[in-house]
This record gives sequence, structure tokens and C-alpha cells, in this order.
Amino acid sequence: MSNSKLNILTKGFFKENPTLILVLGCCPTLAVTTSVTNALGMGMATTFVLLMSNMLISALKNVIPDKVRIPSYIVIIATFVSMIDLLIQGFLPSLSASLGVFIPLIVVNCIVLGRAEAFANKNSVFDSLLDGLGMGIGFTIALTLIGAIREILGSGSIMGFQFIPAEYHILIFVLAPGAFLVFGFVMAAVRYIVNKSEEKKKQKEA
Amino acid sequence: MEYILMIIGAVLVNNIILVQFLGICPFLGVSSKVNTALGMGAAVTFVMALATLVTSLLQKYVLVPLDITFLQTIVFILVIASLVQMVEIMLKKVSPSLYRALGVFLPLITTNCAVLGVAINVTQQTIIPGHGFSVIDNTLYAVAIAIGFTLAITIFAGLREQLELVEIPKGMKGVPIALITAGILAMAFMGFANLV
Repeated sequence: MSNSKLNILTKGFFKENPTLILVLGCCPTLAVTTSVTNALGMGMATTFVLLMSNMLISALKNVIPDKVRIPSYIVIIATFVSMIDLLIQGFLPSLSASLGVFIPLIVVNCIVLGRAEAFANKNSVFDSLLDGLGMGIGFTIALTLIGAIREILGSGSIMGFQFIPAEYHILIFVLAPGAFLVFGFVMAAVRYIVNKSEEKKKQKEA
Repeated sequence: MEYILMIIGAVLVNNIILVQFLGICPFLGVSSKVNTALGMGAAVTFVMALATLVTSLLQKYVLVPLDITFLQTIVFILVIASLVQMVEIMLKKVSPSLYRALGVFLPLITTNCAVLGVAINVTQQTIIPGHGFSVIDNTLYAVAIAIGFTLAITIFAGLREQLELVEIPKGMKGVPIALITAGILAMAFMGFANLV
């Protein structure tokens, strides 16, 4: 794999992380990160949709007329979302219950449509696949990080494994305000680190 | 009475932004000024009421009788997207002044998860206990939810106007400090938790 291909895959992890740097797809980030399990489930479902829709849109980019491209993208995305929704309902009913309405809402997740518009309709199928996978993994990393912080502080456990006694739980972190606070602080920390590393790069060049 | 309780519940207790986490993108994106926040709120109220009315009708008279509820997501998003497009064209023709006020927000609403979220939510729960699936109840609920959206986004815009004047650490500038402010606002809204 050449260097540029690797770059397409890895840029979504950190440098162009869809949630923490580009601030796309905030609703699921805030809503489903009450536990690591939920965050992972949501991340994987979104990665699947991103991967498949990016591939199909890239393959059809010469067939779809430019004027109706947005509705066509939405239909393609909605098809994959319905598929993953029914699969999760069938095989993981407990996950489906805790993610609720946010699985069908992947349709309106700006990350998916954003990547289709910004990347998949200009690049080859393989590049789009890598881009979808990278962005999906970046999204999953961000969700899992926030989910882990909230689960440890709020319910004293990791993936359901309890290790802090109940009297030390800070309930607010699994409730709505905790989502905003943790997301805000994590985003600030990541931006600080990315800024620092870019400054260093500039200094080296100068 | 039950309608008053439903409205209080939808506006304050289950506030769509601060409790249900729907519609965060416009909440962060167009909330830097109180005026634009009010405009966005008005546009969302209009579209949400119309979309919930149409999707509820479709759910009741098309999807359920034909037993094709698995197509719900696709049908609803297409209906909302074309509805927004239609409203935009009609508004341009009928009321150019209103179009100038709301026009810029309309395309943004298609990808506003609040609209699709409410349309799906009302098909999964009964809005007023004992009423069953009622199109009128659903539409009223959508209006109440949209009022809650407008309330939250307007308060938040007021807070952000004040934030402009304060010195903020570099990494915190922009979205992070806005999220933390929203967290504190959400804490205030937790005070309404047992109101209904």
C-alpha cells in the first residue's frame, strides 16, 4: 500500500477526525455515549453505512446526473441504514433498544452525506472505501473515548464490568449535561494536541 | 388538561436539544446571534409540524395497512427532503419577505435530525396516554417540540453573544466552550425533570 493510500485511511483517525475536529455527527456522539458498548455499536453501524454508501456512490458517480445527486445519495444511504437497522433489531435486540431512534437517524448523520459529497463522488471506488473505513474508525474512536470517560465516571464500570463502588459514582456524567461537558473537554484537549503538533511541524520547516 | 401537560413535557421536560440530543448541528451552527436563532426556530417549527403531519398520515394510511413499515426510514427522509424543497419554492412565490427571513435556513433543515427524529418518534410511542395513534396529537406534539427547540436555541444564542466578550483559552475557543456552556444549560433544564 503506497503512502498516499495509507494517508487516505489514517487521516480520519485523528488529524481530520469527523467528530472532534470537523464537528460532524454531533447528535449520536452526545446521545449514545452513555456506555462503551453503546458507543462501539453505534460506531460500527455508522462505519458499515459509510463504507457501503461511499463505495456504491463512487461506483455510480458517472451514472447519477449531477442535478439529482443529493436525493440519489440520500436514497442509497437510507437503503443501507434500513439494512443495518433490521439486522441489529434481529440479532442484537438489546443494542437496538438502547440505541433506539439513533440507528435510523444515521441517514441524516452529516458525516455520511458529507463524505459522499466531498470525497466519494470525485474518487475511485477503492479510495472511497478507504476513506469511508478511515472516517468510520475515527468516528468510532471518538465515540468510544467519550463513552469510556462517561461510563467510568458515571457508572464506575467499563463495558458493564463494575469496578468503582456505587457511592463514588457521579451520576451527572451519564445524564444529559455530562454528555455536553465531556464532549466539550475532549474536543478541547484534542484540538490543543493537534495545534501543538502542527506548530512543531511549522517550526521544523522554518 | 392532558394537552397542557403534553406541551409542558415536550417544551421543558423532554427538551429536544438538551435532553433528547436531536438537532445539535443547527444548535451549534446557527446560534451565534439571537436573531438568526429565532429565524431558524421559526423555520424548524414550520417544517417539523408539516413533516410530522404528512409522515403520520402516511404511516397510518399507507405503511401500516400495506405492512411495509420496514420502508419507514427511506419514505420519511424522502418526504421530508421533498417537503423542504416544496416549501422553499412556494415561499419564494407567495411571500418573498418571509422567504428572505427563512430562506437560508430551509436547505439546512433537510439534514436536521430533529425533524426525522420526531417523525419516527411519534410512530413508536403514544403521545397522550389512552389516545392511540392520532395524527392531530402527533402534529401538536411536533409543534410543542419545535417550540422547545426555539427556546433552547434562543437562550443559547444569548449566552454565546456574551461569550464573544470573554477571553477564552486557545484550545477551548469555538465549539468546545459552546458545548460546555450547553452542558451547564442542560443542568438548568434538569430542574424541570419531575415537573410533569
